[in-house]
Amino acid sequence: MQATSVLRETLVTGGKTVADVSHDISRQVEGKPTRLWWMAFGVSLALLIWGAYCCWMLLWHGIGMWGLNKTVGWAWDITNFVWWVGIGHAGTLISAILLLFRQRWRMSINRAAEAMTIFAVICAASFPAFHMGRLWLGFYWALPLPNAFGSLWVNFNSPLLWDVFAISTYFSVSLVFWYMGLIPDFAVIRDRAVRMGHSVRANVYNALSFGWDGGAKTWMRYESVALILAGLSTPLVLSVHTIVSFDFATSVIPGWHTTIFPPYFVAGAIFSGFAMVLTLLLVTRKVFKLEDYITIYHVELMNIIIIITGSIVGIAYITEFFIAWYGQVPAESYAFLNRMSGPYWWAYWSMMTCNVISPQLFWFKKLRTNLVATFILSIIVNIGMWFERFVIIVTSLHRDYLPSSWTMFHPTMYDIGQYLFTFGIFFTAFFLFAKFFPVINMAEVKSIIKATSEKKNSAH
Amino acid sequence: MAHKENFLVGIFDDEDVLLHAVENIREKGVKIKEVYSPFPVHGLDEALGYRRSRLPIASFMFGITGTSLALFTQIWMLGFDWPMIIGGKNHVSLPPFIPVTFEFTVLLAAFGMVGTFLIVSDMKPYKWPRQYDNRSTDDKHVMAIDLAANKIGKDDIQRILKENGASEINEKSF
Repeated sequence: MQATSVLRETLVTGGKTVADVSHDISRQVEGKPTRLWWMAFGVSLALLIWGAYCCWMLLWHGIGMWGLNKTVGWAWDITNFVWWVGIGHAGTLISAILLLFRQRWRMSINRAAEAMTIFAVICAASFPAFHMGRLWLGFYWALPLPNAFGSLWVNFNSPLLWDVFAISTYFSVSLVFWYMGLIPDFAVIRDRAVRMGHSVRANVYNALSFGWDGGAKTWMRYESVALILAGLSTPLVLSVHTIVSFDFATSVIPGWHTTIFPPYFVAGAIFSGFAMVLTLLLVTRKVFKLEDYITIYHVELMNIIIIITGSIVGIAYITEFFIAWYGQVPAESYAFLNRMSGPYWWAYWSMMTCNVISPQLFWFKKLRTNLVATFILSIIVNIGMWFERFVIIVTSLHRDYLPSSWTMFHPTMYDIGQYLFTFGIFFTAFFLFAKFFPVINMAEVKSIIKATSEKKNSAH
Repeated sequence: MAHKENFLVGIFDDEDVLLHAVENIREKGVKIKEVYSPFPVHGLDEALGYRRSRLPIASFMFGITGTSLALFTQIWMLGFDWPMIIGGKNHVSLPPFIPVTFEFTVLLAAFGMVGTFLIVSDMKPYKWPRQYDNRSTDDKHVMAIDLAANKIGKDDIQRILKENGASEINEKSF
């Protein structure tokens, strides 16, 4: 018997050559920004400025400006924190895990996805940072630094401290990984600038590329660094959301105290992250005319990951309910019944609809290869994932142990303002990235152009 | 005037042609200074006879340093310098120290290796690399041959390059 492997779909369409890749991607960096870019950038900047005002008020008056109360001590802040961290996970998954599995389709999307990771982690970190109240003293509280309290050290038994280490390591390692990928591409722009006679641009991009020469020896070392970084980032990304879930799972609050949190959070993170990657890339490919590099095939593969992770998340929700019933702990059973039918039922059912039911639509090939459907669903998934964190956090807290403490949470303008602030950071940073940095990894795409470009295949 | 270094620069359009060319040219006894490519060419390092990079070892050493440093710090701070009873648990117990230890291991391994890479490759922001032909970052593979390091004459090398599929042969001096 003979096994024949199915001919894979082409990853780069339009019969591109290696030189076309440099041209198509660098053109964006070299040209003047379009009016569309200015408009989008302006809106993000406006959000950022408005949010910065809200943050200033938070710092000046304290976090009493938020809608938190004695019962619900964590609400939008931690919801947003977990949401943003989760979004970041797709970038590392695409660049590191898919690299280890030698999935070539990652190559056109990894740069933008990693950029998204970095900006999302910055947004995420801003919430616990502001929650400390006195941001400027945060270093003493969060890091094991000698201090004036007789060197009373931080508590290494606390998951909140683990979070500090996990998030900061994740941020810095992702940043390095992303930057390593950018180095050869900065050199492409540098050399094009030399040929065009732009000496300032050539010098700036040379500095950014650390004087990259592209020699075989440098490439050999570079690949070895990329592989090890991927190997390090893979357990890192899994550990980050595991540790984020420990913030809840190690407590004794009904609804949080469950052992399935780590895998459930990681799956949810990848789920929401891929949705955000799709939202961003569908816009980017349109605005920058990258349809030949980010093809329908890429979109379809990402949608398949959304079905898988969305189903894992759905199973986790059901498992939680089963265990709450099977465990027969009254507090646990109550917490879950209250989620479903209590005063926050609308949040729970929004989460169920957006996260469990809507991604199942991608079983239809017509829908998962349709850009409009994908775009809408990607936003729905992110709304759903926000509600997931909100449901876990607020519904578990709002029914305290004493019925006299039972209350609801109402966000104030400053809760909303800080959330908008992070959108401002995220999109401002993303638009700057899209303008000044090559949005697609040119070196990697060039290395597969011969094997997967259309021209080659049609010649067979 | 300073002593000039003279190079022959062979330009290749295709990575497969380049790979065969590198093997054949080295077989003929011509010493290749370096080959510059727009993307990593699989097998080129072996064809050029480079030894495998030892960067993974550096990374491992940095990682081990991170592991021991993090473990030592946590055990010393919570177990000896200022022991506190937290939730009635032991001062020193390994499981809660694992997350921070793991993260610190990864942090040092990653940064240590990237730092080592930049140092051994002599890469810094204010340095311009020596470029034989700057199309090597666009779509050409550029082979540099140092004439002074080769016993074979310039004309012979030129002929060998041409025979092996070089699309252009230029001379360059620094």
